[in-house]
Amino acid sequence: MKALFALLKDYWGILCRPSVYFSLGFLTLGGFVAGIIFWGGFNTALELTNTEKFCISCHEMRDNVYVELQDTIHYTNRSGVRASCPDCHVPHEWTHKIARKMQASKEVWGKLFGTIDTRDKFLTLRRELAEHEWARLKANDSRECRNCHNFEFMDFTRQGKRASTMHSTALANGEATCIDCHKGIAHKLPDMSGVKGW
Amino acid sequence: MTFRILPLVLLAAMGMVLAAEVNYPLDAPGPDGRRPGGTLTRSMPAPPIANDENKDLKRERNYPDQPPTIPHSIRGYQIDKNGNKCLTCHSRANSARTQATMISITHYMDRDGQALAAVSPRRYFCTQCHVPQKEVLPLVGNTFETIDKILQDDANAAQKP
Repeated sequence: MKALFALLKDYWGILCRPSVYFSLGFLTLGGFVAGIIFWGGFNTALELTNTEKFCISCHEMRDNVYVELQDTIHYTNRSGVRASCPDCHVPHEWTHKIARKMQASKEVWGKLFGTIDTRDKFLTLRRELAEHEWARLKANDSRECRNCHNFEFMDFTRQGKRASTMHSTALANGEATCIDCHKGIAHKLPDMSGVKGW
Repeated sequence: MTFRILPLVLLAAMGMVLAAEVNYPLDAPGPDGRRPGGTLTRSMPAPPIANDENKDLKRERNYPDQPPTIPHSIRGYQIDKNGNKCLTCHSRANSARTQATMISITHYMDRDGQALAAVSPRRYFCTQCHVPQKEVLPLVGNTFETIDKILQDDANAAQKP
């Protein structure tokens, strides 16, 4: 412990003393360039983990949830616009994205220790995993839905009678948010006993 | 020994005779109006898949105990042991909030007519009886008349003489 303190003290000394051999220009410019490289590298790596290709590189995602997504309107539809995994499961805004990515370290843990590495394990945990996503979307007012589905631009006259009734009342006055009714639109649902409205 | 294969020989001979005496076209027209213009051996292009009728208007039932057809699209509705999407609107508890038709009281009874708290398992799988309709004309015509029409016709006929 003492040795560690001594080492840290040495480094602190180096940081505190003025540089002897390097010019101020080198240090500032060098720092700037290194900053670009590190920051750019960080963001590139971050974006790499934010692709569907990355998500389905693990069999847990590819064989369970991704298969189910393929039947739904968020994967295939008449206009060919589709949502990929991170569109719904990772916030698009930077601050929230970083927060979610830090949370995702738990998912790395799960991957390493095989928390859902078989179909049975996945099905057993499915309700809990689903509840995490419901809670997240409920707490942030379905922000990831609203990246594409903007309430301001919904044309109630083009919606079905049931849809426009619900959207113009419960959704409009903030009583409900998307996930309250639209559970299981992209994946199969777990045992829904006890879930409100089911 | 020879008698044993006799039926086979006779059958083969009969088959040959029948095959030789075909006096109708083997490539007969297709059975009904499903693929107009086609014959039995020809594959016609499939008609485009029609949309679900999605007007939310209740349709008339042809007879009183007909399971009502579903007047809206049910794409992606999950009905399995985990959950039943239909019941999120049509169950007793939810129908007031959603103003959807409550499922019939018979769906809350077991087969002995005893009322249950929740939907009876034998009535749980909605699409076994209730189906959505497509925006298409009937493939085959029919002359079905409802009982009301028959009774009306009967009453009208009795008045005349």
